[in-house]
Amino acid sequence: MGMTIAEKILARTSGSSSVSPGQIVDAFPDLVMSHTATWRSVDVMERVGATKLHDPDRIAIVLDHIAPAKTEKHAADQQRSREFARKYGIRKFYDVDAGIAHLVLMEAGHVAPGDLIVGTDSHCTIYGSLGALGTGIGYTEVASVWLTGKLWMKVPRTTRIDLSGRFGPGVYAKDLMLHLIGRLGADGCTYESVEFYGAPMSEMSVSERMTMTNLAMEMGVKCAFTPPDAKTEAYLAERLDGRAYAGIAADADAVFSRTVDVDLAALDPMVACPSQVDNVRAVGEVAGTRLDQVFLGSCANAKYEDLAVAARILDGKTIDPGVRFIITPGSRRIMLEAMRTGVLQTLIESGGTLTNPGCGACAGDGGVMADGEVSLSTANRNFLGRMGSRESRIYLSSPATAAASALTGVISDPREIV
Amino acid sequence: MNKLIEGRVFKFGDNINSDIIIPGRYLIHIDPDTLAAHAFEVLGDDYPERLRGFDILAAGRNFGCGSAREQAATALIGLGFRAVVAVSFARTFYRNAINAGLPIAECPALVEAVSEGDAVSIDLEAGAARAGDAVYEFPRVPGSVRRILEAGGLAAYLKAHHRE
Repeated sequence: MGMTIAEKILARTSGSSSVSPGQIVDAFPDLVMSHTATWRSVDVMERVGATKLHDPDRIAIVLDHIAPAKTEKHAADQQRSREFARKYGIRKFYDVDAGIAHLVLMEAGHVAPGDLIVGTDSHCTIYGSLGALGTGIGYTEVASVWLTGKLWMKVPRTTRIDLSGRFGPGVYAKDLMLHLIGRLGADGCTYESVEFYGAPMSEMSVSERMTMTNLAMEMGVKCAFTPPDAKTEAYLAERLDGRAYAGIAADADAVFSRTVDVDLAALDPMVACPSQVDNVRAVGEVAGTRLDQVFLGSCANAKYEDLAVAARILDGKTIDPGVRFIITPGSRRIMLEAMRTGVLQTLIESGGTLTNPGCGACAGDGGVMADGEVSLSTANRNFLGRMGSRESRIYLSSPATAAASALTGVISDPREIV
Repeated sequence: MNKLIEGRVFKFGDNINSDIIIPGRYLIHIDPDTLAAHAFEVLGDDYPERLRGFDILAAGRNFGCGSAREQAATALIGLGFRAVVAVSFARTFYRNAINAGLPIAECPALVEAVSEGDAVSIDLEAGAARAGDAVYEFPRVPGSVRRILEAGGLAAYLKAHHRE
């Protein structure tokens, strides 16, 4: 019987010729990522009394949340992570200057099709944009993988999502994902893998694929894939140091648990409303909602393309004076590119406030909201109190809708701002 | 790990995410008591005190969704909960609970049947929960994984079994 992409990766990393949904395997990840949580895994390792790592080259550390440190506690925790990396010779170590772990690791060529990657962050699903199985685990489990090289994994069922049609103007991958989350629910794909197919996939940029596999997490997935193709190979061509590119695909007779169809042409710009990711409406239904803050950032939507989309809308214009417009590029490389092309200049001239690359306001680091305030964010979660006061409210949208709304000071349809 | 857990139930609805269980700003802590002092505080001033004195958390669908933060499980332990029963769990919470040594069970019928304060007993070995006269079966955690739970969590398991 044929296998899906997730099944193939779990078969290979567990040394099996084939696996099937529901089976539990011991898998050996190709990479284990930890971010600002790293010191907690170090703490576990010390409590266990262990001193030997299974393979330092399979470990990546990126200090992205609350970076640079804002309290002495954060500083001490980051120091502990740095010292660990130095002591054990962790070469894939990235400090507070690098940006969001997921984007940094993909940019650096540490993620390739067919890889199994686990890490201390639920949005590890984003690695599926390059054909890798990425999934989130806790810090104790990260320590366990550091020591033993393996972890138990249940083989997920796979849902196939078939796309057709073309996005209309002002509609992006983020809108597709908000639509799907609203339609299938926050637990619509719990413990499942998702694979995206259909004619529009060949036109979907790698950046959009990152948004898709990142947001898939908000349907409860274990992992999500945009199957590797020529675009994936082109993206990785100059990045994969020392590794030859090899794609991965589901077998023609792979078994999918169900198929979900989406016509991109039928989609409007979408908004997730407070305080559940699946409380999704077309932008027109919430247009006019007064905003105090707009956040252009996060692993979902702070890639170069995202910043460029916002800059095109804001070019030569000034945002509403009642709005704080916070721009947090996803990584140092993205920030440099946006600087070179003038995108940053446009965003700052329009009235935006630029912060250093990293998780920023999405994780409550800066841009904290007061009682009664309302934020529109390009991130992936709008949970109660996530960005500050429990009396504040978060809406989620694409960068285009965020930029259009920063201009007007209220939630606005980007198609009406030209 | 105690294989028979008895106590009073506190009940939550669907989609209780891990930002509600323990907000991100407290993730600088890993100690159960410190985390418990801030657990669920976004729900109002009466939290987390309102949760003290209960033993078993019963929740609806998708409990623990969102962030993969392990402290969501640790905070519940700090509050004194000795097991969580839900209609369904998000996968990250499911793993984190096992790794923290917090027993979990997916048992929709029990969740539907109980109200706050009800006495419930959960037999992890048998895969059965009892409330009043009724018995509800639930799928047991797979054997290979149960060893982690029985050791009291993954750190304890590693300490006992990991050899360099």
